[in-house]
Amino acid sequence: MISVKYFASLREHMGRAEDRVEAVHARNVAEVWATVARGVPWPVNMLAAVNHTYASAQQQVYDGDEVAFFPPVTGG
Amino acid sequence: MAIYVRDIAFDPWQVLARHQQGLGQCGRYGATACFVGTLRDFNQGEAVAAMTLEHYPGMTEKYLGAIRAEAMQRWPIIDALIVHRTGTVTPNDTVVLTAVWATHRAEAFAACRYLIEELKTRAPFWKHEQVGESARWVEHNTPG
Repeated sequence: MISVKYFASLREHMGRAEDRVEAVHARNVAEVWATVARGVPWPVNMLAAVNHTYASAQQQVYDGDEVAFFPPVTGG
Repeated sequence: MAIYVRDIAFDPWQVLARHQQGLGQCGRYGATACFVGTLRDFNQGEAVAAMTLEHYPGMTEKYLGAIRAEAMQRWPIIDALIVHRTGTVTPNDTVVLTAVWATHRAEAFAACRYLIEELKTRAPFWKHEQVGESARWVEHNTPG
């Protein structure tokens, strides 16, 4: 199982803070997004992380991973 | 510890004084540079009543630690400190503190600037502003 988290405005757009995806349904970050977003294209400027490290859409994912999607960061 | 993510208000000058007392490096550092980020009561031409800072626990600490380690490796500095608020802040509250202790000012200034600029582009924090009766997500930081 892959744990999926959403933050900030993206969490509001999704209407939830997290999801869980069967690892067999997603081989990479883009496929995780396609699964949880149900056809909604990858939002412009959306960032992703796998296990707390920034990741590209093409990065492979594995059972037990934590994938996060969020807008550009605005700390400081 | 030199990385702190705090959900309650802090006085940056007290934190600096306390951290410096605990350094145990008396006589070694000749330069201390710091940046203190404070919440303004206006943004993009509108009055800001409050702001809530959200972050990604775990990833935040990982990136703040990495940014600090990079600064320690890149410049010959003695110590570096990062403190960042989360939760709800109001105007005049401190949002962020970065500080560097070094032998000379050149590396102190450069490393301190590196800490805040890298934090702003890589650490997973997000700002949600209360403007009048409505609220909005801050979409990007202002240029340095």
